[in-house]
Amino acid sequence: MQVTISVVVIFLGMMGYFTVYAMTHREELFNNSYNGRQQILAAQNRRGEIYARNGEKLAETKVDSSGEEKRFYPYGNLFSHAIGYVDKGKMGIESQANYYLIQSSIPVASRAEMGAKGEKNPGDCVYTTFDADLQEAADRAMGIYKGAIIAMDPKTGEILAMVSKPDFDPNEIAAQWDKIVEDEESGTLVNRTTQGLYPPGSTFKIVTALEYIRENPETYSSYRFTCNGSIREGDSVINCYHGTKHGEVDLSRSFAKSCNTSFANIGLMLDREMFTDTLNTLLFNQELPLQCVYNQSSLQILKEDDNGEMMQNAIGQGRTQITPIHLAMITCAVANRGILMKPYMIQRVESAEGAKIKEFSPEEYGALMSQKEASLLKGYMEDVVMNGTGSKLSGLSYTAAGKTGSAEFNSKKEESHAWFTGFAPASDPQIVVTVIIEGAGSGGDYAVPMARRVFDAYLGEKDS
Amino acid sequence: MGYYITEFSKYFIVLFASFYTYECFAVFRYEKEQDRGSIYVRQYIFMFLVHLSCFLPVCIQTGQIEYVFFFIFQQIGIYAMIALYHMIYPNANRLVINNMCYLLGIGFIILTRLSYNKAIRQFVIAVASFIIALFVPNLMTRVKNWKEYVWFYGAAGIISLGAVLALGAVTNGSKLSFYLFGVRFQPSEFIKIVFVFFIASLMSRSVTFFNVALSAVAAGAHIVILALSKDLGSALIYFVAYVVIVYVATGKKRYLLAGLAGGSGAAYMAYRLFWHVQVRVQAWRDPWSVIDNQGYQITQSLFAIGCGGLFGLGICQGSPSSIPYVEMDFIFSAITEELGVLFSLCLILVYVSSFIMFMQIAMTMKKMFYRLTVTGLGITYIFQVFLTIGGGIKFIPLTGVTLPFISYGGSSVLSMIIMFSVLQGLYLIGGKKYVAKKRKEEIWEEEEEPGDYAGDD
Repeated sequence: MQVTISVVVIFLGMMGYFTVYAMTHREELFNNSYNGRQQILAAQNRRGEIYARNGEKLAETKVDSSGEEKRFYPYGNLFSHAIGYVDKGKMGIESQANYYLIQSSIPVASRAEMGAKGEKNPGDCVYTTFDADLQEAADRAMGIYKGAIIAMDPKTGEILAMVSKPDFDPNEIAAQWDKIVEDEESGTLVNRTTQGLYPPGSTFKIVTALEYIRENPETYSSYRFTCNGSIREGDSVINCYHGTKHGEVDLSRSFAKSCNTSFANIGLMLDREMFTDTLNTLLFNQELPLQCVYNQSSLQILKEDDNGEMMQNAIGQGRTQITPIHLAMITCAVANRGILMKPYMIQRVESAEGAKIKEFSPEEYGALMSQKEASLLKGYMEDVVMNGTGSKLSGLSYTAAGKTGSAEFNSKKEESHAWFTGFAPASDPQIVVTVIIEGAGSGGDYAVPMARRVFDAYLGEKDS
Repeated sequence: MGYYITEFSKYFIVLFASFYTYECFAVFRYEKEQDRGSIYVRQYIFMFLVHLSCFLPVCIQTGQIEYVFFFIFQQIGIYAMIALYHMIYPNANRLVINNMCYLLGIGFIILTRLSYNKAIRQFVIAVASFIIALFVPNLMTRVKNWKEYVWFYGAAGIISLGAVLALGAVTNGSKLSFYLFGVRFQPSEFIKIVFVFFIASLMSRSVTFFNVALSAVAAGAHIVILALSKDLGSALIYFVAYVVIVYVATGKKRYLLAGLAGGSGAAYMAYRLFWHVQVRVQAWRDPWSVIDNQGYQITQSLFAIGCGGLFGLGICQGSPSSIPYVEMDFIFSAITEELGVLFSLCLILVYVSSFIMFMQIAMTMKKMFYRLTVTGLGITYIFQVFLTIGGGIKFIPLTGVTLPFISYGGSSVLSMIIMFSVLQGLYLIGGKKYVAKKRKEEIWEEEEEPGDYAGDD
């Protein structure tokens, strides 16, 4: 009897494992390049269409008179990284939604009909969260610069736009492939929004300020510092941007003016272990809740870090590296009362005949910070726009909030990446925008105006 | 039209299979075999319906008319077997026969879909095995002193397995088989029955420490030879059968624990010593990192399992042939791909129901030898099912054993049919309803009647 029961229990365990494995790993197994079943489906079904959130067609498969299939992207370069391509490996939504695009969920009767006509079944259609108008606005705002712009809805986690430059025309990818790959320096195929790793510069002061508030919950508001344009600790010197002297500043003003000297001073006061905990909760050095290909942001605060390194860490220079989407996610949490919604790009999947196959709804990832911390940071970020480095966003019909950054990326001090990350309207944030422009100069001068155009387009500000 | 049949047959297959499976367990509500009559009749119907709804899409997809005849022969074979068995052994356990026929039928269809020639070979072997199987229960009941031949069993086992190790053809890196009159034999498949007889007869004599130690040495010799032949699956099956028989015979947990400790130690040693064991463990832990080499088989198997979904892709709609050795070690994955997760779960339950029946039979056995033999054979059978299914779905490392009655392979089918027939014989002995001499006369009379079944086989 014991033998029978043991065997039955083992078999029930195996059946449970089998069912769960088979049902939960479908997509992952299907997308594996070693799985030849993709080709079988490709022979039966015509790859499905991809749409923007308002129904604009972003990708479709056309069949020419000789029966040859060609993937066509009506918007050309505009969605190059976001939608991706299928001809040379897969990228973007084409890769992420591959499982759906190559299935066909049309009813049996339609399949039989297609079979009789000797035609392929139309594949399922994927509706993305991308806003075509916003994507266009972001693309135009960036102009000829290299860099990335990402826009998200902080309340849902929907990615509204993602632009990465330099871009390419996915319609020509096969023809242009060799040329693109040869040119390693420009990294055209890299989706900078999710894969690009940059020093965060002053945008990292969001994190430093949060850490200071956490370590000094009673006294942070009485923080005072007198800025003389630079601070020296041992051999290390930290200067304010262009050597500006900010005079006496509190925490809010340090943040608004992006005072490096004051933040380096704060860095000297921070507890290395607690800082590491905060970085972990903000998802540094960790996997992000993302479906797409991305790189992990990195910053290790080490016990043996000397004071000079702590000053560098505090102002987002030194070893720190972050992706634009990660910074956008942290900003989303600030805008959304501390709660991060999981970013997503696929809204729903429909059969070619319009039947709903799958719907993705907003999902909470969890709290990156408390509601109080979020509201404090939000106040500081509003101050940046009203009285600080983000003034080019002030005086509009909506109130924006954010943080600028000018990240030095090599020894030549003159060159820096321009950053901005922020949201609008500040009272009820509907959109988060993160901008990085490579080698342009200061965030306030270059990145802020670009973010403004994206805000304007989304919030319907005419005068821009 | 053809499209509709393929598409809808998926759902009918699952429906009928779940009915059949339900009846497998409904049987246990009644204690006496006589009360289960209507259940078995329903099983015949559902079995036919499952086989039919599996076969129809194969026929339509391939468009081969000869498949229709093949299917008719299969069904005649199956029902002739059931009818003949019932006539010759009216008191035989019909759940065991039904399950055997159900599984063989599934095997024929899947093999037809994978390779028609192999399916034909399998069918011929199965029919021959059926005929042999008709005599086995009779032999079991006639010979009264099975337990007397202890050392004959032991010697037969060690000599045969040793001979394979010494002379055997090398197939797939394991020495498993040799050729006799042009037919490939894999003795470990048959010797496992003899091995169970050996340990059962030894342990039924006495359960003194000396005797247990003696059995451990003898069983260890079998297992070491198998391990040296690189037949890891069989080595494990023998080992588990041995440990369970000793445990049931002695009732002592410490032997069970000692066995498990010894087994784990041996497994660890094997892992350290043999490269091919390490390869399998690695392919189990992370097949994706070695997908080009050692992980290829298992990942292809997982692809098949992953894409089937609840109802499968439909017969002939998937690509199970991408798995190397699919018709032998990975047939369960092929079934899951095309018939779906639900059908596969039903299939596992059918296997388990036979096992539960064997264990129930074992409980009713009054003589220790018979009880141990039934238990041992039952464990051998179900553990093999566990190894092959668990290996194919990456639940446990791969060992490369066949799925009873379904996998392609003469030795596998013949040995399994013989094993089930031996169990039937033991069931008849246990039931004491079988009076060999008296019945025998009736049986032969019955068969001479102008029955429907006489010319079918």
